Amino acid sequence: MKKKLLSAVIAGFMAATPVMAEPTFAALSYRTGAYANNGIPFADGYIDYLTLLNERDGGINGEKINLIECETGYNTEKGVECYEATKGEGVLAYAPLSTGITYQLIPKATADGIAVHSMGYGRTSAKNGQIFRNIFNFPANYWDGASVGIKHLLDINGGDISGKKIALVYHNSAYGKEPIRTLEELSKKHGYELSLLPVDHPGQEQKSQWLQIRREKPDYVLMWGWGVMNQVAIQEAANIRYPMENFIGVWWSGSENDVLPAGDKANGYKALAFHNVGSDFPIFDDIKKYVVDTGKAAGAGDQIGTVLYNRGMYNALLLTEAAKTAQALTGKSAISQGDMIKGMEALEITEDKMAALGLPGFGPSFKVSCENHGGDGMVGVAQWDAGAGKWSLISGYASSDMSVLQPLIDADSGSFASENNLTPNCN
Amino acid sequence: MFYREAGDFSTTYREDSQTFPIKFDRYRYYAVLLFAFAIVPFLLNDYWVNAIFLPFLIYSIAAIGLNILTGYCGQVSLGTGGFMAVGAYASYKLMTAFPEVSMIIHIILAGGITAFVGVIFGLPSLRIKGFYLAVATLAAQFFLVWLFNRVPWFYNYSASGQINAPERTLFGIPVTGANTEPWAVYLFCLVFVAFSAVIARNLTRGAMGRRWMAIRDMDIAAEIIGVNPLTAKLSAFAISSFFVGVSGALFFSVYLGAVEVGEVFGINKSFLVLFMIIIGGLGSIFGSFAGAAFLVLLPVLLKNVLVNGLGWPTDLAAHLEFMIVCSLIVIFLILEPHGIAQLWRVAKEKLRLWPFPH
Repeated sequence: MKKKLLSAVIAGFMAATPVMAEPTFAALSYRTGAYANNGIPFADGYIDYLTLLNERDGGINGEKINLIECETGYNTEKGVECYEATKGEGVLAYAPLSTGITYQLIPKATADGIAVHSMGYGRTSAKNGQIFRNIFNFPANYWDGASVGIKHLLDINGGDISGKKIALVYHNSAYGKEPIRTLEELSKKHGYELSLLPVDHPGQEQKSQWLQIRREKPDYVLMWGWGVMNQVAIQEAANIRYPMENFIGVWWSGSENDVLPAGDKANGYKALAFHNVGSDFPIFDDIKKYVVDTGKAAGAGDQIGTVLYNRGMYNALLLTEAAKTAQALTGKSAISQGDMIKGMEALEITEDKMAALGLPGFGPSFKVSCENHGGDGMVGVAQWDAGAGKWSLISGYASSDMSVLQPLIDADSGSFASENNLTPNCN
Repeated sequence: MFYREAGDFSTTYREDSQTFPIKFDRYRYYAVLLFAFAIVPFLLNDYWVNAIFLPFLIYSIAAIGLNILTGYCGQVSLGTGGFMAVGAYASYKLMTAFPEVSMIIHIILAGGITAFVGVIFGLPSLRIKGFYLAVATLAAQFFLVWLFNRVPWFYNYSASGQINAPERTLFGIPVTGANTEPWAVYLFCLVFVAFSAVIARNLTRGAMGRRWMAIRDMDIAAEIIGVNPLTAKLSAFAISSFFVGVSGALFFSVYLGAVEVGEVFGINKSFLVLFMIIIGGLGSIFGSFAGAAFLVLLPVLLKNVLVNGLGWPTDLAAHLEFMIVCSLIVIFLILEPHGIAQLWRVAKEKLRLWPFPH
């Protein structure tokens, strides 16, 4: 009996399947834990898109996609466990949807030569591909977000925001602290006054922060929040009757989950976006036909068309397009992890390509290169219409202020390079 | 049949008072050491090290540390996560300030700094006990996490507030950073674990350990028979924090490599280590190992069986994992309140008589 138990235990630990030649993607998802509300739609979108490719096209150019899902619970230790458990199976690229886990994976994946795609999160200076050779954060990063957020304020103020008061409400973590330096630099340039209001994980308690906002009456409030923090912040803003159109969240604070609890009072709340919203695209017909109607939808299948579902789908789309690019570059259909990095580095998204994929006008056009792993930083602004119950883009994609961002990126990536004895190169 | 004293004569006091007085037990202990040091390093890969061995070894040190304070000296502490954070940030500051100094020294110094911080937060224990002390240490937990999040000097003014372990070598072999070999980090941690366990074991069965246990069992009586509560309690805080600090330093520099204080060293960590020593057995060095093994290995095992073995959805498996682990804890504490260490003692007693129990 003891022996049987022991062998079952060992079999349990060793239950890793052999390396397969087919293109493998890992979904380090979180369907449990404090941030599950946001993790579920993202994971569903990501997985559904890969399922769609398998069902409709037979995979990527005939190579059936192998998907491994691993639950992280937004916990870095579990994220490491997931990474180690899946990397042996030839995963082409990781998309962990957590800044904390991304920071874990940057050194590990660099040593292992595996691509990490932190789309709109993670370490911003990974945009400098000469130092972060296999870390990608296209199409936009936090500093782009901060810059375009300020740009939007400039637009609605006729180009002058000097003397205005702007408050940043942020998740007190690596993620939330990312935009601070950019906003400080921008305040020197544009002359606004910045005040910082940290909110501790998970963010259910924000009375004191919003009391301060009520007292100081900032002209605009920016928010870098995630999970329950968003809902609470929007509710609190509604409670102090803060004008919603002056309240702008980053793209992680702009999903249906965040605005619905506040009901009508959330009307007019704005959020940044680097892709379009809604389910008004031809691809959703295919998803319905090949994925939902065949009973293969991920999760409960009730998230289709939500902001975060679209983002997960967009993430899978960019990764599979990069895999296609890699196939074209190498001329073989079975690509390796190293080929995938080259494919991501040569990725080009054009309007025609998006239209051909069934998503016309869904995201900005951009081109990745070795020097620039972050795309062009095109970010738009979306607004919540509580009456219609949907988000809509109210501005076109605007590019960020690279004259301010580039020195910051060079400084931060340079310090990473000197800490780790890296020399920037593109070979 | 096993663990029998028959034919095992000790002729000196030294032999009589050694840690493993029974020959069979002693040889088993040597065999375990030999296996851990000489055989396991050859069998390791990245997954085994990063998902199983490193967390197990590092949590074992933390559990030994907390066990000294809570199990031996009877001072309940909920500040373990905060003290681990002190160790982690101390090692980070030392690593980046003195890159040429050996990693071993940095980790020991990080433990020393944590011991100092531990003594400061241990001062209230001279006046308050039990639940009230738990609340005081809880304050330490929140204060330390807040401090490391608030003061940029601690994270070298990095944009994200994260700390990242740069590569440091020992005898030319990297032990921190990305390019580490599984066997190297494993042996590095194992050396610390082995030393911690030996030191803790010998401290607890010496004069100091007896003073701690006297304080734990009845502090007024202990004071009457001449135990100074000031030195006894503060030494327990210092030594316990030292081990916790070492584990925090290893946790950051060797295991994770990048740490965000609120997420990694939050209140959950304090509870996790406390659960480890309660399940493993309060006042037992073996119990610290057993508790760490139970809480580190069981979730990984369940995940592998449910997801990889049975192919269940990951979220269902994650929820079930919580339910199974938690119900096992409850069942365990009802059936054996003294933890796994007590089970082991009973098993030894049974094995001694086996197969003729009468």
